[in-house]
Amino acid sequence: MATATTEPASALRGSMTPLPYRVVRKRRENHDNWTLELEPVADAIDPIAPGQFTMLYAFGVGEVPISTSGDIEAAGTTLVHTIRAVGAVTKALCAAGPGDVLGVRGPFGNTWPIEAAQAHDLVLVGGGVGLPPLRPAIYHALAHRSDFGKIVLLYGGRTPEDLLFRKELERWRGRLDMDVEVSVDSAGSGWSGNVGVVTKLIPAAPFDPDDAVALVVGPEIMMRFTAQALIDRGLPPERIWISMERTMRCGVGLCGHCQLGPTLICRDGPVYRWDELAPLLGVQEL
Amino acid sequence: MPSKGTNEPAVLAAEDLDALIDALRDEGYRVVGPTVRDGAIVYAELGAASALPAGWTDEQAPGSYRLARREDGALFGYAVGPHSWKQELLPPRVRLWQTRRQQDGGFVVDEEPPPPEPTAFVGVRPCELAAIEIQDRVFLGGRFRDRDYAARRSDVFLVAVDCGDPSSLCFCTSVGGGPGATEGFDLALTELLDGGHRFLIRPGSPSGEAVLQKLPVTAASDADLEEARLVVARAARDMEGRFDSTDLHDLLLRNLESPQWDAVAERCLTCGNCTLVCPTCFCTHVEDANALDGSTAERTRVWDTCFSVQYAEMHGGNTRPTPRARYRQWLTHKLATWEDQFGSIGCVGCGRCIAWCPVGIDIREEVRSIRAEEEEHAHA
Amino acid sequence: MRTLDALIVESPVFKGLDQDQLELIAGCASNTVFAAGERLFREGDQADTFFLIRHGLVALDAYVPNRGQLTVETVGPGEIVGWSWLLPPHRWHFTGRAVDLVRAVQFDGACLRKKCDEDPVLGYDLITRFAQVLVSRLQATRLQLMDVYGDRHD
Repeated sequence: MATATTEPASALRGSMTPLPYRVVRKRRENHDNWTLELEPVADAIDPIAPGQFTMLYAFGVGEVPISTSGDIEAAGTTLVHTIRAVGAVTKALCAAGPGDVLGVRGPFGNTWPIEAAQAHDLVLVGGGVGLPPLRPAIYHALAHRSDFGKIVLLYGGRTPEDLLFRKELERWRGRLDMDVEVSVDSAGSGWSGNVGVVTKLIPAAPFDPDDAVALVVGPEIMMRFTAQALIDRGLPPERIWISMERTMRCGVGLCGHCQLGPTLICRDGPVYRWDELAPLLGVQEL
Repeated sequence: MPSKGTNEPAVLAAEDLDALIDALRDEGYRVVGPTVRDGAIVYAELGAASALPAGWTDEQAPGSYRLARREDGALFGYAVGPHSWKQELLPPRVRLWQTRRQQDGGFVVDEEPPPPEPTAFVGVRPCELAAIEIQDRVFLGGRFRDRDYAARRSDVFLVAVDCGDPSSLCFCTSVGGGPGATEGFDLALTELLDGGHRFLIRPGSPSGEAVLQKLPVTAASDADLEEARLVVARAARDMEGRFDSTDLHDLLLRNLESPQWDAVAERCLTCGNCTLVCPTCFCTHVEDANALDGSTAERTRVWDTCFSVQYAEMHGGNTRPTPRARYRQWLTHKLATWEDQFGSIGCVGCGRCIAWCPVGIDIREEVRSIRAEEEEHAHA
Repeated sequence: MRTLDALIVESPVFKGLDQDQLELIAGCASNTVFAAGERLFREGDQADTFFLIRHGLVALDAYVPNRGQLTVETVGPGEIVGWSWLLPPHRWHFTGRAVDLVRAVQFDGACLRKKCDEDPVLGYDLITRFAQVLVSRLQATRLQLMDVYGDRHD
């Protein structure tokens, strides 16, 4: 046999084969977002870490990559995913209820650099459905509170009705050891909070730019503006981390779709350091 | 006198090539090799050596491929055709698994079993060996391996044939390759025409040696070895200077906004032919389908092309809607970012994309234009 | 109780003013308080004042038929509300409402315009400072307009 290193195909479950997981809890977060809690029917996937994602399969419909969004240390083998119903697959996933069985492949991707943030202020900036991928990092930091300096969460949404995890945000806001600021792009009457883009919250946010690490998730353009606002505040680009998204089909680095220049987002990401990715994001249609 | 049990090259008479095919079949291999069909030399299952393209060569130019008659009866006297071995190792459509609903609402997934028959590839060019090695890195070298590729790959027997007649489009020597097979094969042949139609045959693995021992070979003389060396040397010399690959990776990544991309986009039809014929292009997508009654479903892996409009579609838009962006993606991936992703260049210099492009886009020319444009700009 | 001068020069928009400029500007300023819900100015009214917010949140509202009252932006401590005083036609484009208790330094725009006519150097300096405010608000507004959260996908 020639140079390939191979092993019997029967030895491993294929990386494209999902494991059945049953929905044990379902919660509606807003008009088009639901959180599903899933437990393995038999075998479980390897433990997932903050920042990673799984490929969720709706029987016969298809698969999508969804970040983990739960309290990983508390959840055990239960997977928590917050999903926005925008297309055929996500609508099918969001239509599943307790008792229904979905397929799971994963965990895939790299993780938030939470260890690197220890002993520093931790700044989390989420835009829209960018908050769910940050939530596991928040839970981790709160569970190991003394490992971090200030914890500051800045969250921007479209309107007050679009905000996710509202009750949880209010609970966090009530804590003495965490700062939470929320802003919406537009609001009707009944909202007495900030209105404006989330970047406006950065100049006055109570963290020390000389000693902070920022995790940013949201639409690409929001992440670009946010990174710039953080840099304007004095945070070095090497301490800003983002979570990227691109067309994904396999999640395991074998189909080519999630390429962005020299990187494969499912394999080298989705978490990237801002200074490393910024030049790629500056090339239109890369 | 047959030479047995050594690593020495031997000589097999051309009329004894059937002994090789039969020996492979006796080992349980399905034999696939070159044959003439529909005006091209393609890869198909071979019944006997008589199916080989004896006396045929290919004349290739940008956007053009024609078969022509040779004056001799060379069996492998052509360069490469539209097929590559990826159609065997990464078939265009492969069912990955089927699944069926269970009583309790759950489902069971049945992975597709590996293909039944091991296959022998006869007539693998050195550029194709390089292409297989490149795809091995993609499918077997990462954290996640492709189960189907691994299964097919582990059961393959490779009979390489050195290149004596590169086409005008070949440039393997400019991308780290060459017309002589050096590694990655089980058996390698060099076709010799002067002084009797025969093949220098050398083993490259224990499996190759085992098959070689069954063949009616004779010892190779110094003259045989020299003639074989000349065949390869002449082919390499013919390809000299075809493509300047100096600083290729950085050149392309420095010039992502070059006006050359706009120029090629005017001609490119985004038909994806280049990706179909390219032996290293590996992009696929998956199709999930279910039976009408919803009781069963299956997933199929299908060849995809980065030239298709849907390739970079996401909810909320398309990250590469223009042909310019898609052409740039393909070329920069093949010649530059492939190295960042997988540790080697993605191109083997086989020239297929040039021949089979309906408008004759030549990637060597495209790179040359980008280089020239950069130089002009620098001196402006 | 800090002096008006101190409050003015501390704010980002007036940082670095020299003493003479500060005196000129402070001469057109006074402290003011608005209770929660109180209106600072109404869309369409003559705009001869602007505010430097010291405490609290001011909402800029527009009434849109069929949709009701919409808040397009809130402005907080350290920020300026109002630039229509600077350029004709000197009309408020939105209605300003105190979301909670608001303490602000109120500036008489007509008074300041007169001082700028007399002292072009002061005028140029003020225009430059306000141009910066406008630019950063414009950037933020453009991002807001892009309505980016509607496009996030899974």
